[in-house]
Amino acid sequence: MTADRVPPLHKVKKALPWPLSLYQTAIGKKYVMAITGIGLLGFVIVHMIGNLHLYEGPSQVNEYAESLRDLGGHLVPRTLILWIMRIGLMLMFVFHIHSAYSLKEMSRKSSENAGFMSGAKRYASKQDFVAASYASRTMRWTGPIVGLYVLFHLADLTWGWWLGDGYIRGDVYNNVVMSLSSLPVMLIYIVANIALAVHIYHGAWSMFQTLGVTNPHTKKLRRSFAVIVASLVCAGNLSFPIMVQAGVISNDSNNTNSVNTSEHSTADIDADNA
Amino acid sequence: MSRMLQLKLRIWRQGGPASRGSFLDVDAHDIPTDASFLEMLDIVNERLLEDGIEPVVFAHDCREGICGTCGLMINGRAHGPELGTATCQLHMRKFKDGDEIVIEPFRAAAFPVVRDLMVDRRAFDRIIEAGGYISAPTGTAPDANEILIPKDVADFSMDAAQCIGCGACVAACPNSAAQLFTAAKLGHLNVLPQGQPERWRRTEAMVETMEQYFGSCTNHGECHTACPKEISLDFIALLNRDYIKAKTKNRRLASQA
Repeated sequence: MTADRVPPLHKVKKALPWPLSLYQTAIGKKYVMAITGIGLLGFVIVHMIGNLHLYEGPSQVNEYAESLRDLGGHLVPRTLILWIMRIGLMLMFVFHIHSAYSLKEMSRKSSENAGFMSGAKRYASKQDFVAASYASRTMRWTGPIVGLYVLFHLADLTWGWWLGDGYIRGDVYNNVVMSLSSLPVMLIYIVANIALAVHIYHGAWSMFQTLGVTNPHTKKLRRSFAVIVASLVCAGNLSFPIMVQAGVISNDSNNTNSVNTSEHSTADIDADNA
Repeated sequence: MSRMLQLKLRIWRQGGPASRGSFLDVDAHDIPTDASFLEMLDIVNERLLEDGIEPVVFAHDCREGICGTCGLMINGRAHGPELGTATCQLHMRKFKDGDEIVIEPFRAAAFPVVRDLMVDRRAFDRIIEAGGYISAPTGTAPDANEILIPKDVADFSMDAAQCIGCGACVAACPNSAAQLFTAAKLGHLNVLPQGQPERWRRTEAMVETMEQYFGSCTNHGECHTACPKEISLDFIALLNRDYIKAKTKNRRLASQA
């Protein structure tokens, strides 16, 4: 009967030295995905809270941005800690994406000839999926959307690729208002941040399951935790493009760096920022 | 009182593992509501025979929901619309007159179709072979309370031990992952004293065998809904935790068990 055995679908690779061998297994990859997910989620939350300085006005948010470069004060070279955090973030991104991609490939191979399409196995019948939430089924879509958005966001506000002369390095407030007062850019930010919230809604729940951090007491809190984190991040991040469009955050007369005020026809609530 | 249903069936037909399959449309008239789903297929098969058509192959054995042999995707749901029920325990009274029912085999690359609706689930046997046993001599049935096990723990273990290995979890999973099956088979041994000596070796071996055949879990929860024994996702969390422990601890110390 041995010859009749169903052959293994995935080849066992030669084991690497110990800590690396963990990443060769699917569960090890899932742990890496969950842990990098926690790191990235932490970044997203801190980034959102930091951006709330926009509501305090240009000088405060620019000072906040400046102080990120000065983290560690005189103890370390300037921007060293910021760069350590940036490199850490990049590594987390790389591992989060690589583990997700290779696990998706594993699932795809395991569903070969079984109707695997757009990230999930499907049957011929129209009724499908009972427990799987919209968020969990779209992780393989919201993830790439957020990834592309991060690149767009960097090109937009960190490198200033298309803001032209209007982009002023270090003047966060001006750059944000410049960028987000364009309607297509605002729409990109809104769509991407909704995708991010949907991604977090499943991820922030799923990580407890993956890390095996679950017991009858904490189990009930997992869903609420995910809902709260996802909605806070969503509300905070969506507020910026909306408030720029509404003129609450605007480049008005008190901003000395203001270059182009003609674009901001909606900026009639000057008094709010004064 | 048994009523009669007029149903439209779309049944998957496939000659063998290598051949291409297609749906067979059958009008199933006068199906009694008291019939189980498998009995309905028996009736349909009798009629196909009378018409000179080869009957549809499907796997079945005990027909009382405890053996795990039967298993069909009914309208895109493993074991059909009723929760906590194997196909054989699903009755036609759960369907309405005039319903169209799509019947497909459990699908996964590790579950090749043998014929029609019957699939080869021996990949599960490989997982069990890898570690789904204990080596302690158990002798005859022990006296009650000879080994002290708290009631909660015994119940938790029994919840996992209910798994009948039908494969509905893999079939329902959008990733074709076998996490729930493997977690149940690990869980019922790993939480009991008798399962401790091989706990870490078992976890490592069974999980790694699983990963040779099946996809990767993304915590959809479809498996739990499909499971005729409603096995909890908590066992998957236990599997994840035990696996990483197995990989990181010093297993030469009994105190670390």
